Amino acid sequence: MEAFDILLQASFWVAAIRIASPLIFATMGELICERAGVLNLGIEGIMAAGAFAGWVTVYAGGNLWTGVIIAALVGAMFGLLHGTLTVPFGLSQHVVGIGITLLATSLTYFTYRITLPEVTSPPKIAPFQPLPIPLLSEIPVVGAALFNQTPLTYLAFVTVAVVAWVLYRTPLGMAVRAAGENPAAVEAQGIGVTSIRMGAVMVGSALMAIGGAFLTMSAFNSFFFEMINGRGWICIALVVFGSWRPGKALLGAILFAAFDAYQVRLQQLTGGVVPYQIFLMMPYALSILALIAMSRRASYPKALMVPYQKGER
Amino acid sequence: MRLEPKPQPSLAETLFYPLGAIVATFAVAALLVLAAGASPFSVFALVAKGAAGSQFALLETLTRATPLIFTGLAVAVAFRARLWNIGAEAQLYIGAVVTIVLGTGALPLPAPILLPVIMLAVMAAGALLLLGPAVLKTSFGVDEVVTTLLLNFIVLLFVSMLLEGVLKDPMGLGWPQSKRVIADAQLPRLITGKRLHFGFVIAIAAAVVTWVIMKKTALGYEMRAVGHNPDAARFAGIPVNRVLMKTALLSGGLAALAGFSEVAGLKGNLTLDLSPGFGYTGIVVAMLALLNPLGVVAAAIFVAGIFVGADAMSRSAGVPSYIAEVMVATALLTMVTAIMLTRYRIRWR
Amino acid sequence: MSGFNRDMPSPEESFENAPVVLRLSGVTKRFGSLTANDAISFSVRRGEIVALLGENGAGKTTLMNILFGHYVADEGTVEAFGKELPAGDPRAALNAGIGMVHQHFTLAENMSVLENIVLGTESMWLIRFDHRAARTRIRKLANDFGLAVDPDKRVAALSVGERQRVEILKALYRDARVLILDEPTAVLTPNETEALFRTLKILVAEGLSIIFISHKLNEVMAVSDRVLVLRGGRLVGESVTSRTTRAELAQLMVGREIPPPSVAPATVGGPILTFNEVSTARTGTGTPLDKVSFSLNAGEITGLAGVSGNGQAALAALLSGIERPMSGSITIGGKPVANWSPQAALSSGIGRIPEDRHAIGTIVDMSVTENAISERYRTRFSRHGFLDWSAARSFAEEIIRDYDVKCPSPETRIRLLSGGNMQKLILGRALDSDPSIILANQPTRGLDVGAVSYVHQRLLQARERGAAILLISEDLDEILALADRIVVISKGRLSAPSARGERSVREIGELMAGHQDAALELAGAGNAA
Repeated sequence: MEAFDILLQASFWVAAIRIASPLIFATMGELICERAGVLNLGIEGIMAAGAFAGWVTVYAGGNLWTGVIIAALVGAMFGLLHGTLTVPFGLSQHVVGIGITLLATSLTYFTYRITLPEVTSPPKIAPFQPLPIPLLSEIPVVGAALFNQTPLTYLAFVTVAVVAWVLYRTPLGMAVRAAGENPAAVEAQGIGVTSIRMGAVMVGSALMAIGGAFLTMSAFNSFFFEMINGRGWICIALVVFGSWRPGKALLGAILFAAFDAYQVRLQQLTGGVVPYQIFLMMPYALSILALIAMSRRASYPKALMVPYQKGER
Repeated sequence: MRLEPKPQPSLAETLFYPLGAIVATFAVAALLVLAAGASPFSVFALVAKGAAGSQFALLETLTRATPLIFTGLAVAVAFRARLWNIGAEAQLYIGAVVTIVLGTGALPLPAPILLPVIMLAVMAAGALLLLGPAVLKTSFGVDEVVTTLLLNFIVLLFVSMLLEGVLKDPMGLGWPQSKRVIADAQLPRLITGKRLHFGFVIAIAAAVVTWVIMKKTALGYEMRAVGHNPDAARFAGIPVNRVLMKTALLSGGLAALAGFSEVAGLKGNLTLDLSPGFGYTGIVVAMLALLNPLGVVAAAIFVAGIFVGADAMSRSAGVPSYIAEVMVATALLTMVTAIMLTRYRIRWR
Repeated sequence: MSGFNRDMPSPEESFENAPVVLRLSGVTKRFGSLTANDAISFSVRRGEIVALLGENGAGKTTLMNILFGHYVADEGTVEAFGKELPAGDPRAALNAGIGMVHQHFTLAENMSVLENIVLGTESMWLIRFDHRAARTRIRKLANDFGLAVDPDKRVAALSVGERQRVEILKALYRDARVLILDEPTAVLTPNETEALFRTLKILVAEGLSIIFISHKLNEVMAVSDRVLVLRGGRLVGESVTSRTTRAELAQLMVGREIPPPSVAPATVGGPILTFNEVSTARTGTGTPLDKVSFSLNAGEITGLAGVSGNGQAALAALLSGIERPMSGSITIGGKPVANWSPQAALSSGIGRIPEDRHAIGTIVDMSVTENAISERYRTRFSRHGFLDWSAARSFAEEIIRDYDVKCPSPETRIRLLSGGNMQKLILGRALDSDPSIILANQPTRGLDVGAVSYVHQRLLQARERGAAILLISEDLDEILALADRIVVISKGRLSAPSARGERSVREIGELMAGHQDAALELAGAGNAA
C-alpha cells in the first residue's frame, strides 16, 4: 500500500533529518536551560531572531559560517537578557519568556523592514549545500538520510554528542545538573548558582538561534515572517518527551520530524479528500499528546522554575 | 547579590519605578527610530497625534482597545490564579467562529434576544476551549503554557479550514472569508459613521463585573489564594481544581468575547487576519495593569494608542509600525522589573 | 541525654596550648533595622568542640552563614588559621578548611553520593572527570571516620542519617579542619545522635575542630568542651562546659525565667476520633501508613514521637483532610466519616496546626485578614457568593487581640510578620472555634522560647477544655513535657501507647529506630488502640 511505501523512500528520510535539524538545535538549547533550572519560553522569538541574523549576515556579504556565529551571538544576547531577569532578579520565568519572544520577534521584524524597506518578495541567499560524506553516503536509504546532508545538520548531531558528554562526563555538566535539582547544593560547594544558570541560558539561547538560522541558511534560503511557526513550542514539548536527556530528546526530534515529513507526503497521496489543514495540525496535536504521555513519568529537574535566593532565612 | 523584601513601599516608590519603566520603553523606542533614520521627537509626536490627536484618532484608539480589554481581562483573571492562559488568541477565534455560525441567519431572532444568545454561546465555546488545557494541568500535570500555545496554531488552522469549507462566503471574491452577520446580529455603532461600536461598552461592563468578582466574591478570593499558593489553599479547604476550572471558564469566555466583538461590532465577517495578535498583546495589557481588571481598561487604551499611533506614524514617517510591538514587549519586561524593584531592595553584599 | 564517657584530659590543659584555628572579631550583621549579630568575638582552638547555644532567632545561623561566605558581615573580621578570610566567598572559606553541614541538607537527589561529594572540587574546564581516585579516597575517609556509605548510591535512596554522613564526608573530602554542624540532631534518633557524637570525637582526635550549633541544652552539655551562648544577636556568655550547669546556660540563653509548663493531671474522656486499620497510598517519597489503629481521647494530649520521614506526614495529611485512607476507616464521635476532605475535617471539629507555616499554614503574600478567614470564608463570611470583608476584618482583629499577634494592621501582608506571630495567628485560626480535636504538627519548630511557651500554654488550655490533641514533634523533650501518653511511629506503623513516664527515653529511642515493641511481641498483637 502506498502509504507504507513512503517510509521506504530515501527522499522521505532525507527530508525527515532535514526537518529535524532545527528542532535538534533548539531542543538541545532548551534542554540545557531547563536542566539548570530555567524555563526559557523565549525560544520561539530567539529562533526567529537567529533565523534573521544569520540570513542577513550572508545577505550583507558574509560567509555562511560567519552567519551561524552571528546568529549564535544574537541568541546569547537574548539569553543574557532572559537570564538577568529570571536568575538574579527572580522574575516569573513564564512572563519573562513570553516577553522575550514578543520582543525578539518584533525586533526581528522591525530590523527586517528597515534593512529591506522596498522588497515585495523575500530576497534569497546561497544557502548551505549538501555535503556528502564519501562511502557512507552510498549506503541505501540510511546513507542519503544521514550522510548526505548540509554541514549544519552534521553540526546538529555533533551538538547532541557534545551536550551529552558535557552534561554527564564533565564537572561543569554536573554543576548544571545540580543547579537544576538543588541550587543550595551547588552554593554549598562554593559554586555560584547565578553564574551556572546564566551561562546555561546563554549557551542554550545561542543554540536555539542556530536552530532558527538553519531554516534560513540550510533548509530554505530566505527569511519570511511567521517562519518559525510554533517550532519553538514544539521543542519545549520535545524536551519533556525526552525526559530532559539529550539522547532521548534527539530521538524525539527525529520521530517528530519523520511524522511531519510523512504527513506532507500523505497529503499528496490523499490529494484533496482531507483538507490540508488537518495534516498541518497534526504536528501540534502530536506534541500535545507527547506531553500527556510523558506527564506521569516526568522526572523533571526539581528546581525548575524555582528562583534561588542566597541564604534564605 | 540578594533581594531583600521592603516592608511597605512608599507611595513615591510605587509610582517611581513603573514610571521609570515607561521612560525606559520610550528610550528603547527612540534608539530604534534613530536606527531607522528618523527623529525620535517627531516620530513620537506623530504617534501621539495618531493615537489621540483628533476625534477620529481617539475613536480609533478606543475601537482598537476593545478587543484588548477582553483579552487583557481574560489573561488577568487567569494569571491571578496562576493559570498561564497563552491561548487567548485561539479562544478569540473560536468566539468569532461561533458568532458567524449563529449570526449569519441560522437563528432568526430579533436583536435583543439574538445578541445575548450569541454572547452566551461564544463564552461557552471559549470556556470549553480553555477547559481542555486546564484539565490536562490538574489531572496530568501538563504545563498549560505549551498546550495553550500549541492550540493557537491548531485553532487557526481549523478556522482556515472552515473558511475554505463550510463557512466560505459564496459571494466572496476568491479569498477565504465568511458570510456577513445579519443586521440583528450586529453590535450598533456608538456614533453614526464612526467605527467605535457597542462592543466597547460591553468591554467596560465586563471589566467592572470582573473587578467585582475578583474583589468582592468568594470566588475571587479563592482564585487569588490558589494563584499565590495552591498547597496552602488546598490545606485550608479551598477546592483548588474546581477553582482552576472556574477560572478557565471565565478566562476563556472573556477572550472569546473579543472575537465576538470584532466580528459583530467591527468587521461583520470572519477572515484569517481578524486578530493581529490580540491574544498575545492581552498578556502585556494584563501585566501592565498589574492584573487589576479596572487597570486593564486603562492599559488596553494605552497599548491600543501606541498601535494606532504607530500605524498612522508609519504611513507618514516611514518607520516600520513594528515599533509598536517592540515598545509593548519592552514595556512588559521593564514593568515586571519595576514591580520587583518596588517590592525588593537589591543588596549587593 | 545519657551520660557520655569522655576519656580525654581535662579541657583546660589540652586546649590552652592548642593553636587558634578560627578567630571572629567584632562580627556584626544587620538586616534593615534588625541587628542579627552584634559585635561577636570568640576563637576556636584545635581539637575543640565548641557549642554555639541559643534559641531560635538568636543569630546562630546568620553567624554561620557569614563564616561560610553566604553573607557579608557589616563589621568585623574572620581569621582562619591566622589568615583573614575574604568576605562573601564560599570558595575561600572552603579552601581555608571550613566545612559546613547545613541544617537542611544540601544534596542533589538525582545524583550519586560520589557526585555530590565531588561537586565543585574539580576544575570546571576539565574535559572529562575520572572518579576512580575519588571513589577510593571516599571509601578510605568513610572507613577512617566510621561513616559507612556507598559512593554510587543515589542520594534519593538514602535515609536521613546516611545523608548526614554524606554531608560530613563532603567536608572531609575537601580537607576541612573546622567543621560546623547546624542543628545536626534535629532529625536523628537518640541512637543516631550518639553515633554522631562518637564520630565527632574521632574527628577531634584527628585534630579537627568542631562548632556545634544547637538549641538543645542536653546535647550541648554532653558533647562540647566549651559553650558560647548567643542571645538577641549578642554573645552573652562563654564557659568551659564542665564548669557550668544546665540551669545557668538556660538562664543565659533566655535571659529570664521561663517556667516549664505546669501540666495539671489529665481528666481523660472517651475516644473522640478513632483510626481503624488505616493505610494510605504511597505518594512520592513519603512513607505511607500501614494498618494504623489508634484513638484520640477527650482532654488528653497524645504525643507522636518519631524520626521525620516515618509516616508522620501521611498521618498529618490524613487528619488534616488532605489525604484519604486507602483502606480502613476513620470514626469521629462514633460516626464513620465519608467523603473525607479538608472541609470535612474542619466541619468534624478538627483544628489543624500544620508543620510548615510558610509553605502550607499561611499564604505569605496575602493579608493577615485573608489568612485568618482561609478556612471558613465560605461558611462564615460569604453570603450569596459575596464576601463580607468587614466581618472578616473584625474576626481577624479578634484573633490578633486574643492570641497576641503583633502586626501593624490586619491588612499587612503576613509575610512581614515574625515566625512566632505567624504561628500565633495559625493557632488562633485553629483554636478559635474551640475544636474537639486538634492536630498540632511541629507547632513550635523555629520559634523563640517565648513563643514556644505561649503555644504550649494554649495547647494545655485546650486540653483542659476537653479537646483531644495529637502532638507530632521531632523534639522528644517537647513530647516528654506535654504528652499524657506517647506513641512512637516507625516505618508507617504505630507502637502501643505508653502513659507519661512509663517508658524510658532509651526505650522510646529504640522504638523510633524501628526496633519492635517487646510488649507487643509478647502480646502478639499488631497495633493496640
